[in-house]
Amino acid sequence: MKRPLSAANASTKLSTRRGFLLKSMAVGAALPISALAPTQAAHAIGESFPDWMKTPGQAVNEYGSVARYEKHITRVKAQDTAQTQLFSVWHSPIQNQPSIITPNGLHFTVSHNGVPNIDPEQHFLKIHGLVDKPIKIDMNTLQRYPMVSPIHFLECAGNSASNAVSLSALDLSVQALTGQVSGAQYTGVPLKYLLKEAGVKTAGKWVIAEGADGGSHARSIPLSKLLDDAFIALYQNGERLRPEQGYPMRLLIPGWEGNANVKWLHRLEVTDKPAYTKDESGLYSDILASGKIKRFSFHMDVKSVITQPSGKMQLPAQKGFYEISGLAWSGYGKIKQVEVSIDEGKNWSIATLHGPVLSKSLTRFSIPWQWDGKERVILSRATDELGHVQPTRRQWREQYASYSFNHFNAIQAWAVNSQGTVENYYV
Amino acid sequence: MCNAIEGEMHNFQSNLLKHLKAISTAYVVLFIIGSVSLPAHSQDLDINLAQPLLKSEIHDIDITIFPDGKNLPVGQGSVIEGQLLYKNQCQMCHGENGIEGPAARLAGTDGWFSFSDPLRILRIEKYPVLLISVGSLWPYATSIFDYIRRAMPHYAPKSLSDNDSYALTAYILNLNDIVNDTYILDKDTILTIEMPAQKRSELDVQ
Ligand code: HEC
Repeated sequence: MKRPLSAANASTKLSTRRGFLLKSMAVGAALPISALAPTQAAHAIGESFPDWMKTPGQAVNEYGSVARYEKHITRVKAQDTAQTQLFSVWHSPIQNQPSIITPNGLHFTVSHNGVPNIDPEQHFLKIHGLVDKPIKIDMNTLQRYPMVSPIHFLECAGNSASNAVSLSALDLSVQALTGQVSGAQYTGVPLKYLLKEAGVKTAGKWVIAEGADGGSHARSIPLSKLLDDAFIALYQNGERLRPEQGYPMRLLIPGWEGNANVKWLHRLEVTDKPAYTKDESGLYSDILASGKIKRFSFHMDVKSVITQPSGKMQLPAQKGFYEISGLAWSGYGKIKQVEVSIDEGKNWSIATLHGPVLSKSLTRFSIPWQWDGKERVILSRATDELGHVQPTRRQWREQYASYSFNHFNAIQAWAVNSQGTVENYYV
Repeated sequence: MCNAIEGEMHNFQSNLLKHLKAISTAYVVLFIIGSVSLPAHSQDLDINLAQPLLKSEIHDIDITIFPDGKNLPVGQGSVIEGQLLYKNQCQMCHGENGIEGPAARLAGTDGWFSFSDPLRILRIEKYPVLLISVGSLWPYATSIFDYIRRAMPHYAPKSLSDNDSYALTAYILNLNDIVNDTYILDKDTILTIEMPAQKRSELDVQ
């Protein structure tokens, strides 16, 4: 798309939430109390009601599902990966998620060798290597261990990869561009209890976590992180993990790249060094501008994205009131602030953060916007509690080789043209 | 006299018994009261619910190969043997020369451009993951052996023998001009392979 008109003359200040509320309250108070319409004695009252108020409703199903009118909101298969049925990448519809929790059926998912069908009765967690006492634990016994229930985001290291490497901004939806992120409440067993029971030897510094899938996906994780806040997740949003999310159990390493949160976990080997598994050798490394290869870059950096409005959307009216809203997260801690700009980053306003604002969790933000109908470029920029600020695309690009695509956390811009069409845009 | 002493002794003993009883009852009472308050969550909890994992059970699943050669099995495979296996079981996904895709690129340099592959940009447009290759990014040959043996071919993981896995690793190294056409790879020679990416590695464990 063409560069939008300059926003120099237009007022760039966003209306405050308070101002908007006061205005709408005033309108409400001014409404006259209208007279009731007269009913006609000869007619049944049904005529003035819709069908669903004149027939008994349906029976309830054993396992509920979304309203029939919402069935079009689904995961979408990524188009930018050479996919086979086995190596598949599905994106979450985050444009339809005004919440820090992703419904389980819509959680993004990447499977490197299909989704295994694991019988929980035959599944054990095994811990061995540099331990005093190699152990195995069956699923029923694991349920007896102490459990925690934090809310966390998960994001694939390759989320937003096309914005990282494509020379021009591809006209795609936020789901297609940045849908490899989701949020959920997990319940599971902290690794510190399990590793303590096995008795880690002093030489133990790393743990090789392996899944029970066809490809035996494996990652080397520093022991210190596992003893800190990592846990074995058994439940997601109040029900057992879905198969795509690692049933019957997965590793949950808060704030670290999705690939390290090993699904279908069955084995933890304590070692003194990393194994340089497939994904820590190639696909999940970052190539720096210098040509050096950065490995084991686990943290997901501070990031935010406006989801309403966002790519491929058509604003319903050519001007007037909208609320700009989106999601922000950081693998280092809590989101401290999200700023929004409607003039390509010249001026910024502070958005409202909608609680709970939790560590290493999605955080929803919003800010009211009176659109004057002019072409606009809207952006959001997040800062976390450790002071990390989302970079611009150019700042991000300067650190990495032109073809490095992991850990892209740059500011996402959307261009809104005068027809109300919203498009991906680079600033 | 003796009886008197015995009598005293008896008294003493029964008194002692009474005392002991009282003390032990107190302990029991204390114990019951003590157990009413529960311990806090801490790493010191004595959980001990797991079963022991036997040596034989570890042996069956201990498949991770480390860069220092730990867990490498005996066996060997040549580039020639690898070429034939590759043609039959790998080529349809990875391409004749390991660069055509659609699945991950096994040979060649990383990035957009390459003199030896003038069609690189067209391929990448279709399959962006082909920007990187095993030959250019992987720092250790042991990882290639490990991954092929556990995960490839994609439709039948864990179907290759140790010899097959050595042969296919040798062939991928040969596609990358790291070993010559007559090379034979085994648990010792694999440790002498120097992958070009090794000196590009920058560790970042935060
Ligand atoms: C059905 C298609 C298919 C076949 C056949 C196949 N592969 Fe693969 N291979 C893939 C896919 C897809 C990936 C990427 C998997 C991933 O990233 O998780 C891959 C990845 C690899 C990788 C790692 C590449 C990287 O950069 O991460 C190696 C090495 C490999 N295959 C070797 C082989 C060998 C050797 C054979 C033959 C024995 C083989 N493959 C057969 C589809 C296939």
